[in-house]
Amino acid sequence: MTITKQIKTIVLLLLLVLVTGTSSFADASEPKLDQAVELLKGKKFQQKYQAIELLAESASPQAQNILKALLERRLFKLKKTKQLVIAEKQGKTYQVQQAVSLEDLGEVKKRALKKISVNNKMRTLIRSALASFDLKNPDREKRLAAVKQILDKADLEKAEIIRPMLPQEQDEEIAEAMSIIIALSDLSSDDAKQRSDAVTLLSGNIHPSVRNALNQLQQQTDDKALARSIEQALDSIDAKLQFYAVIENLFFGLSLGSVLVLAAIGLAITFGVMGVINMAHGELIMIGAYTTYVIQLLMPDSIGTATLIAIPTAFVVSGLVGIAIERGVIRFLYGRSLETLLATFGISLILQQTVRSIFSPLNRSVETPSWMSGAWEINSALSLTLNRLYIIVFCLLVFAALFFVLKKTALGLQVRAVSQNRAMARAMGVRSEWVDAMTFGLGSGVAGIAGVALSQLTNVGPNLGQSYIIDSFMVVVFGGVGNLWGTLVSGMSLGVANKFLEPWSGAVLAKILVLVFIILFIQKRPKGLFPQKGRAAEG
Amino acid sequence: MKMLNVLKADRGGQIFLLLLLLIAVAVPLLNQYTTADNPLHISTYTVALLGKYLAFALLAVAVDLVWGYLGILSLGHGAFFALGGYAMGMYLMRQIGERGVYGDPLLPDFMVFLNWDSLPWFWHGFDMFWFAMLMVMVVPGVLAFVFGWLAFRSRVTGVYLSIITQALTYALMLAFFRNEMGFGGNNGLTDFKDILGFSLQDDSTRIALFVASALALAFGYLACRLIVTSRLGRVAVAIRDAEDRTRFTGYKVEHVKLAIFTFSAVLAGIAGALYVPQVGIINPGEFSPLNSIEIVIWVAVGGRATLYGAAAGALMVNYGKTYFTAALPEVWLFALGALFVLVTIFLPKGVIGLFRAKDKQT
Repeated sequence: MTITKQIKTIVLLLLLVLVTGTSSFADASEPKLDQAVELLKGKKFQQKYQAIELLAESASPQAQNILKALLERRLFKLKKTKQLVIAEKQGKTYQVQQAVSLEDLGEVKKRALKKISVNNKMRTLIRSALASFDLKNPDREKRLAAVKQILDKADLEKAEIIRPMLPQEQDEEIAEAMSIIIALSDLSSDDAKQRSDAVTLLSGNIHPSVRNALNQLQQQTDDKALARSIEQALDSIDAKLQFYAVIENLFFGLSLGSVLVLAAIGLAITFGVMGVINMAHGELIMIGAYTTYVIQLLMPDSIGTATLIAIPTAFVVSGLVGIAIERGVIRFLYGRSLETLLATFGISLILQQTVRSIFSPLNRSVETPSWMSGAWEINSALSLTLNRLYIIVFCLLVFAALFFVLKKTALGLQVRAVSQNRAMARAMGVRSEWVDAMTFGLGSGVAGIAGVALSQLTNVGPNLGQSYIIDSFMVVVFGGVGNLWGTLVSGMSLGVANKFLEPWSGAVLAKILVLVFIILFIQKRPKGLFPQKGRAAEG
Repeated sequence: MKMLNVLKADRGGQIFLLLLLLIAVAVPLLNQYTTADNPLHISTYTVALLGKYLAFALLAVAVDLVWGYLGILSLGHGAFFALGGYAMGMYLMRQIGERGVYGDPLLPDFMVFLNWDSLPWFWHGFDMFWFAMLMVMVVPGVLAFVFGWLAFRSRVTGVYLSIITQALTYALMLAFFRNEMGFGGNNGLTDFKDILGFSLQDDSTRIALFVASALALAFGYLACRLIVTSRLGRVAVAIRDAEDRTRFTGYKVEHVKLAIFTFSAVLAGIAGALYVPQVGIINPGEFSPLNSIEIVIWVAVGGRATLYGAAAGALMVNYGKTYFTAALPEVWLFALGALFVLVTIFLPKGVIGLFRAKDKQT
């Protein structure tokens, strides 16, 4: 590089600055574009940087097009005519267009083209330039995304681009984000009034960039009044963050609680309403999970549909297994609850080993439908994962359905009649044996549905049921036997308690603490949270 | 002499103790004084295995005492067994001394591995045999006392009690799996070297442990028998059959339950302490609810409310387990499951019940 060349470049640059400076308010995008095109053809990166700036300022769609092409390495120079072109590879040749006018120039060979080279600094420049293009995009979503990107990166140099745009912005959400960016840049202003106004505006805003910027300024500033107002602003931010953290924890707790309720609600029927200790309940859940696995195997192309089909199928499969257990074993043991416990435990061992023999002892992976993955972002501090959200909704639906069946259908009426006074029910013509089988089938079927839900959250293996059986019993006993509402409340509260204990005690210790709490609670109130009253309590 | 009075009307018990005496004498003799090619020879491995069964039998007797005579179905006796085992394990760990992998004179290997620099307070004293043996009985006893005091006082009975005993052992299992507890976490306590200065690998130590197990079972049986034939035992049976009536008659139901439950837990602890040196390891898996339920099935198979039936059930089921898990591992859980179902439906009085029915007919 010779000195003359350097001088030439500098002169050119100065000239450019002059031109851009003078023509900033006129409709001067065309000359800017032309200069930029000329500069891009040059070999110096300095020139190209300048060109990118020019293109960014011109804000025309052509400029955006050129920048995009440059970023994607599709921008070329025709060797013969020195024209700047955008080229698209078509087999061995290239389809070229004039870069500014987009006039089609036909196909050329690779030899005829020279690529406009790009370095990393240019890429950065282009990206931020494109971002400011998006700021002017008529499409609301794109504008919003652009503003958010600037905010997330705390890219405060953009504030000066945004400042004139703010009054024209119609959309509230975008305008708010823009004013935050401007306030952030005002934090470093020399004007004390402007600074303190900015702090006031930013107070209570939970965006991480805001918090970082305020923290930084707090450490640097000598102004005591400012420091105090920053302190207050930070406090209000922290309070908000804490609030959202509590909400998030509550959400996690409720989703864990929903899992517990789903696992326990079938038990609330078999144990709570019928008084049968079914230790094979966990295995009925496991059967539901394996049903999901099998149906997904049968329909590998449509996982979402398969999962939905699995819900009724699991209900039927688990329900039938449950009826078989009731007819085959439990009916011989009514009135001997401790023996029922042992016999059903034996059944649970047999079911486990059956699954182990058929599907192997290894865990099977059940796929999650695409509509269940992802998260619902409420703000920068709070986003709720969709699969947990669905579990909560699903749990409530199952609960409502079950509640409806027990309270509003003929079967439900008979179930309640038999559980309250078997002899009297029989005298009124209720087929108590049939009702027993149906009730047990219903409880088991619901366990199967719980299995479908659990298959979306945990590993599906032969031990799936075992890990939930104790929790399920705890939920039912804690809630009060024979009371569906009790099961719902106790499941949810145990889930939430677990999640709130976790941060300071760790997951395992939280679980132990909850178990110990329940053991102590049962000492105090042996009939659970919502004990049955009146005659039913004596049965 | 009074001891033997207890056995007067107990023909099953007499036969049981005689058989126990016989194997306690014959097994060591057959192990020591026959050679390996003799068909009657009993290998040292088998001696340890039998010793393990005897420890289980003692545990089954303890469970039968509360289930058969008091009507409390404890699904948490595995916890008392494991606690006794851990107390013994801690003694055995301290005996390793400098022979551990890391050669630390004071700290067991797993603590060195976790970078602990001093012995936790609850590990002190376990280098002394008498203290460890005291803890074998005190720790399960105190836990059972506190737990029982809370549960019986608030009249938690039946399946509720069963479920919270299960929750108790489950909670303990989760706790012992944690490294921070200071009991070796997942791996538990193992690599034991010697007990009271005798190497655990020696035939003679194995035989001594076997004989000790047989003696403990015999004395445990006699003690339980003493309880059930005493007035206390008769009140216990009354509680089992009609708790409210017993209470209204003026007996302190809670005190009776508490006394017998605690004693049973101590027996279970002793069984655990005998079990650990013979198998050479204790880990949190012993707390698993499955183990506790398995104990109950031993008792159910043998026959409830006979004590010797429970011991016989433990021996039979465990022999079956050893056989099946080696020969047909796939079948074992099917067999165990079927055993649960069939025994509860068809043999409510257990195997012993079959013999007894015959006795009465003749």
